[in-house]
Amino acid sequence: MANFTRRDTMRMLTAALAAGAAGSFPARAQGGKITVLNWQGYGTDEAWALEAFMAATGIEVVHDYFSSEAETLTKLRTNPGAYDVVLLNSARVSTAASEGLIAPADLSKVPNAANISPDLLANPNFSIDGQGYAVPWVWGMTSIAVREGIAKPASYKDLASEAYAGRFAMNDDAMIAVALGALTTGQDLNDPADMEAVKEALKALKPNVKMLWSSEDQWNKSFAAGEFDVSIFWSGGSVRSRRNANLPVDFVVPAEGAVVWVDGLAMAAGAPNPDGAAAFINWMIDPAFYVEWATKVGAPASANAQALAGLPADDLSAQVHKAEFMVSKNVMSAMPDERREAFNAAWQEVKAFYAE
Amino acid sequence: MALRGPVGPRRLPDWMATTALLLPAYAWLTLAVFLPLLTMFVFSFLNKTPMGQAPVEFTLRHYRAFIDQPYLLGVAWNTLMMGVWTTLICAVLGFLAALALVRCSFGRSREMLLVLILLPFWTNGLVRVFSWTMVLRENGFLDSLWHLVGDGSVGFLYSRPAIILGLVHGYLPYMILTCYIALVTIDDAVIEAAQSLGARWWTVLGSILIPLALPGLISGAVLTFVPVIGSFMEPRILGGPVGMTLGTVIEDQFTQAFNWPLGASLSFTLLAVVLAIFATFSGVLRRGTAGAS
Repeated sequence: MANFTRRDTMRMLTAALAAGAAGSFPARAQGGKITVLNWQGYGTDEAWALEAFMAATGIEVVHDYFSSEAETLTKLRTNPGAYDVVLLNSARVSTAASEGLIAPADLSKVPNAANISPDLLANPNFSIDGQGYAVPWVWGMTSIAVREGIAKPASYKDLASEAYAGRFAMNDDAMIAVALGALTTGQDLNDPADMEAVKEALKALKPNVKMLWSSEDQWNKSFAAGEFDVSIFWSGGSVRSRRNANLPVDFVVPAEGAVVWVDGLAMAAGAPNPDGAAAFINWMIDPAFYVEWATKVGAPASANAQALAGLPADDLSAQVHKAEFMVSKNVMSAMPDERREAFNAAWQEVKAFYAE
Repeated sequence: MALRGPVGPRRLPDWMATTALLLPAYAWLTLAVFLPLLTMFVFSFLNKTPMGQAPVEFTLRHYRAFIDQPYLLGVAWNTLMMGVWTTLICAVLGFLAALALVRCSFGRSREMLLVLILLPFWTNGLVRVFSWTMVLRENGFLDSLWHLVGDGSVGFLYSRPAIILGLVHGYLPYMILTCYIALVTIDDAVIEAAQSLGARWWTVLGSILIPLALPGLISGAVLTFVPVIGSFMEPRILGGPVGMTLGTVIEDQFTQAFNWPLGASLSFTLLAVVLAIFATFSGVLRRGTAGAS
C-alpha cells in the first residue's frame, strides 16, 4: 500500500513549523494558524484553495512535507504538538492511533463527513473500537486495464483464459499479487487463509504473463508498443495514460472488486489548533474544493460521494472511479511483519515458477 | 616545521614510510568497504530490519532460505548458467576482437577502435538496457529490419537470450581490454618463428596465442562472471517473467519487501558460492596467470 500513495498522482501538501500559539485569535470564525503534514503537491497545498480557506475562516495554513510514509510517523513521534493535520494511508492509521500520535476524529465538527460512506468510516483501518481516527479523504484502485477492442474479463479468473495467451502484464508487487490471488479465490485480500490457493491462482496465469511491470512509465511504454493487451494496473495510472498519452486503455473492475487504497486526514495528538484542524479537514473533503482540484489539477477519487458526483460526466477520473467500487473490505490494511514476509515469499515463489 | 632539527629532516625508518603510505588506502577501505559489509553481515542474522523501535532478535533462519524455499535452488541454477553463458560468449568475442585489434590495426586507427570499444562504458547502464528493449521488442527496430525480407516477428525481448545479449553488451569491454593487454605483449617474433617452421593459423592460435593470453582471458572471465551473477537490472528489464535471478531476489528484499536481513544473507550466500567456485578452480587460475609472467 505504501506503493500506491508514493507513486500515485502528484503529492503535495505542506506543513511547516507550528508556533504553537494558534487559537489565540478571537477572529470571527476561528482565525489562527494550522500546520499540515503531507506529501508535497498532494491537494492540501494548492495555493488557490488555501487563499479561499483563509478568506472563509481566517486560518492560515502552513505545511511540512514528508517523502516517505515511514517518515510521517517519525515526524509525528519526534515533534509532538507541532502538527494539526496529517495525511495517513489507510494502512498506517492503526499504527499511528495505537502509538497515540493522532487524536480521535470529532465528526460533529466535520459536517462533510456525512457524505462519506458509513461503511468506510467504520472500517477497521480508520476506526478502532468504534472510535474513528482519520477521515477518509481520497482513494484509488488496482484492478484490470484492457486495450480498447479486446474482450473485457468479467472475473479475475478470466485472466488465465487462453484468449489472453502471452498478452497479460502483471504488476511486480507482492502485496498486489497476493491480493489479486486472494480475490480470485474468494478470500480476504489482507489475510488470505489459504495461501496455497492464492499461489495456484497466480501460477495459472503463467502462459499469459508477457511481462512484469514495476513503474507507470514502464507500463506506458510497453502498452504503447503493443506488448500486451490486458494488465493489472492502477486506476489513476489508467486515467493519466488516456489523458496524457492518449493510450486506448479502459479500466475494468471485475465481479470480485478492485484492490483499494485510501488516504485519510487525521488530527495530530496535541494539535495546537484542533478547531482549525477540523475546519481544514472539512474544507478538504468539501465537493467545491474537490471538483476544482480534480478538474484543474487532477486528483484521485474523493471519499465524499457528493464530491465525486459533482465531477462533470465526461471526466475520465469520474468514469473510472465509480462510488460502488469503493468496497471497504477491499481496502489494503496494516499487516504484521510475519504476514508481509509470507506475502513476499509467496510472490517470489510464483515468480520463480514463471521463470522456469 | 618547528620540529625540524638543525641537520635537516631525519630519514624515517622504512616500515614507518610504508605504513604512512598504505594508511590512507586501508583507512578508506575500512570505512567504505569493510564497515558497510560488516553491518550487512550483522543484519543478516537479525529477524527483521532494525528500524523504528521494535526490538530485534538474532536468528539463523535467513541462511536456511535455500532449504525453506527450495525454488531458490532453481533460481540459483539459472543465475549460474546466465553467468557461464555470458562469460563464454564474452570470452570468444572479446578474444577475437582483441586479436583483431592487435594484429590488424596500427597507430591512430587502433586508438580510435579502442575508444569505440570503451563507448558502452560511457553510457549509463539503464540507457543501454532500455535501448535494447526498443530494438528487441515486437515491432521494434529489429522487427522493422526483418519486415524488409520476411513476415512475423523475430523480436525476442523477455527471454533468456535477451538477458544474455544485454549482459554481453555491458561486460564485453572488460574482456576485450584484458585480452588486448595480454595479446599486445606477445612478441611478433614468436609468431613469425612458428610460421617459418610451418605452423598453420590454428596451431599458432592454439599453441601460442591462447596459452600466452590466458592470464587476460582468466582475469576477464572473473571480471565478467562475478558481477553478472549478481546483476539485477538487465534480467529485470530484458527478461520479463523469466528474468528472475538471485540478483533480482536480493534487490526485491531491499526495495520491496523491506527484508534487509534476508537480502543480506542471500548476498553473503552468493559471495560464498563465488568464493567456492574460485577455490575449486584456484589451481587452474594460478597456473594460467603464472604461465605468462
